[in-house]
Amino acid sequence: MNQAQTTRKLTAAFSRENLLEYKSVIALLVFMVVVSFISPSFFSVDNLLNILRQSSVNAIIAVGMTFVILTSGIDLSVGSVLALTGALAATMLGLNQSLLVVVALTLAAGAVLGCISGWIIAKGRVQPFIATLATMTLLRGATMVYTDGRPISAFGGAYSSAFSTIGTGYFLGIPVPVYIMALVFALAWYVLNHTRLGRYVYALGGNESATRLSGINVDRIKLAVYGISGALSALAGIIVTSRLASAQPTAGTSYELDAIAAVVLGGTSLTGGKGRIMGTLVGVLIIGILNNALNLLNVSSYYQLIAKALVILLAVLVDTRSSK
Amino acid sequence: MLEPILKMSSVVKEFPGVKALDDAHLNIYPGRVMALLGENGAGKSTPMKVMTGIYEKDAGSLFYQGAETTFKGPKDSQERGVSIIHQELNLIPGLSIAENIFLGREPVSAFGRIDWQTMHTNAQTLLDMLNVDFLPETLVGQLSIGAQQMVEIAKALSFSSNVIVMDEPTDALTERETESLFAVIRQLRAEGKGIVYISHRLKEILEICDDATVMRDGRFIAEAPVSELTEDRIIEMMVGRSLQEQYPRLDTQSGEVVLDGQNLIAPGVNGVSLQLRAGEILGISGLMGAGRTELVKALYGANPITSGTVSVAGKAVKLATPAQGLQAGIVYISEDRKGDGLVVELGVRENMSLTSLQRFSSAIGIDRKQESIVVNDFIDRFNIKTPSAEQLIKNLSGGNQQKVAIAKGLMLNPKVLIVDEPTRGVDVGARKEIYQLMNEFKAKGMSIIMVSSDMPEVLGMSDRIVVMHDGKITGEFAHAEATQEKLMRCAVGHQIEAV
Repeated sequence: MNQAQTTRKLTAAFSRENLLEYKSVIALLVFMVVVSFISPSFFSVDNLLNILRQSSVNAIIAVGMTFVILTSGIDLSVGSVLALTGALAATMLGLNQSLLVVVALTLAAGAVLGCISGWIIAKGRVQPFIATLATMTLLRGATMVYTDGRPISAFGGAYSSAFSTIGTGYFLGIPVPVYIMALVFALAWYVLNHTRLGRYVYALGGNESATRLSGINVDRIKLAVYGISGALSALAGIIVTSRLASAQPTAGTSYELDAIAAVVLGGTSLTGGKGRIMGTLVGVLIIGILNNALNLLNVSSYYQLIAKALVILLAVLVDTRSSK
Repeated sequence: MLEPILKMSSVVKEFPGVKALDDAHLNIYPGRVMALLGENGAGKSTPMKVMTGIYEKDAGSLFYQGAETTFKGPKDSQERGVSIIHQELNLIPGLSIAENIFLGREPVSAFGRIDWQTMHTNAQTLLDMLNVDFLPETLVGQLSIGAQQMVEIAKALSFSSNVIVMDEPTDALTERETESLFAVIRQLRAEGKGIVYISHRLKEILEICDDATVMRDGRFIAEAPVSELTEDRIIEMMVGRSLQEQYPRLDTQSGEVVLDGQNLIAPGVNGVSLQLRAGEILGISGLMGAGRTELVKALYGANPITSGTVSVAGKAVKLATPAQGLQAGIVYISEDRKGDGLVVELGVRENMSLTSLQRFSSAIGIDRKQESIVVNDFIDRFNIKTPSAEQLIKNLSGGNQQKVAIAKGLMLNPKVLIVDEPTRGVDVGARKEIYQLMNEFKAKGMSIIMVSSDMPEVLGMSDRIVVMHDGKITGEFAHAEATQEKLMRCAVGHQIEAV
């Protein structure tokens, strides 16, 4: 490659378009630099691992949310699914079910609950916002009824200690939830970029009628993405229940907001068809670091809410202006 | 020499990977209709977008009413008297004609209440000027595309525009609506307005335009009065070489019946029986609303067939979904690329392979390498002008987008290829390439159904033609006996028995 070609390639790499596309990553890096100056304890291994572990629950839910938003839908029920499936997991542990059975059945339950939303949206032709608002409320109510408003202990069963390593264990010095998060992202990346389902998800979100006309069963794709969202919410529920050694009836409340925020911060468009799963990872990290930084700076949790909201607004504003 | 009311000089506009305008010139004279002709899609819409400030030019100057100026955006240009009527109409279907015309400038009375009476009266005046028969309260969504275009013109008039640009105005119009449009254009011309008429339809340009500007590859080629030009000369200037024939119809012997539809009833289809033979192009002609797209969509499985039978190669088939249509060997290429033909935000590769992804996938996933090989092969074969297979569809010209849509269908090796308006919004050079592709497929034994509102195209390319009216077939003609008059008569409802 001669001099002129190299220069052209470098100029193109740093072009305005490319910089805007990677704005989330750049923002994240800038952010990390700023925070490390303000608080010296930020860059310690312990703290960074902490951030990853604390972000893992949101990350896993956000992956599911990415699939759904890519189809120009939304899933508000993730927090409620988390709570209900967590309660099921705790119950099964109490019945001395093996770890494999607990995990498999809980994930399956999450998938089924997600498919209920998916079915209402695909066959019932209800708008995703309304449909999942309804299932969110329904499942939260179901959780309350099932738990009688009281936590269910995940402690004391035959497999409870094995179960607790999921949320509290370490492997090679790294918390287990971080491995789970990494695995989920890797699988999601593969599905979205290298399988037919992934391709159909992007096509559906980009133009539903064109996708339908191309002979693709659009209803099935919708069921699939909501099922995935449900299953991942259940996985998050397993981790939360494992960490707390109990299933709280209020678990997962408002988790959908953080998940949606992570997806949007990562550059995925709410109108569907555009976005990268790795962008969601960046979004998750931005929120995780923001939370961590504000904690290190001893900012009250009330102000933290405001700070988070402002960051999200700023990100969306930049995004809208850049896509003109 | 008449002074131009608007003049673009040496304009340059670049996009990543493509120089859309390179030394473009355009003069618009008051009281004259200037045709803007060009092969590459971006070569004609782009100067208009630069002119009205939607795009910022990279170099060159714009003169309006004698002084050098720039327009800050479509609102600015509109207020200063330059209006564009885009190919994709900018109307809000849920609002009325009057509301659309005065959108953002509604006359208000005390307390900011909309003065409906004034608005409707003003709208009515404009509609009367254009001899449009609709009441100003009519919802725009209920109008035909031809009528909607009239609303756009009324809107332009309400700004007292001096310059009116029409981008592919007749692409979605029937012959009758085109005549109405021409009457209006002549009226506007008589009032001293400068009109820019962007179109691929050379016959129309020779009929309605006074001058013509030809662009090629974003560069200005020539400006001449239409009286000094012929169709062939224009094509030569556009393409840079002379074209032998515009409609290279291939004469072939058609084989046995490949598709047989009997007594079909479907939404918009009221009892149609139709046969398609191997290796033939069957043209479906008719006015808008005759049910042509509805018929072919039913034959593909996109619309439900309530009664009647369809058999492919002798075997009865069930066509309840597009997937079943594909399985039966039928492929449908939509008339509406942006609506349900292509996914505009995705790239050439993803779009082209969308229907045939099974072919490239295994249990593990998609074989990207194989996919790229096949896609690039089609890009070469169909001469699709794109920097790469990853280029987003929205950055391609209409003609190249259409080629991608056709390649998408061809990947499945269909027995029956249904093309709906194959050359709508496609320039002359790409048109010829698409016709030649159709001939290639035909020669290999594929059967093609071509729905088209372009009468010369239907007459030029089809081996047989059926005409539809009100959901029924009113006439059937072999190539040799078909004429524009016969097709028109059937299109308006006269029944002619097939020979």
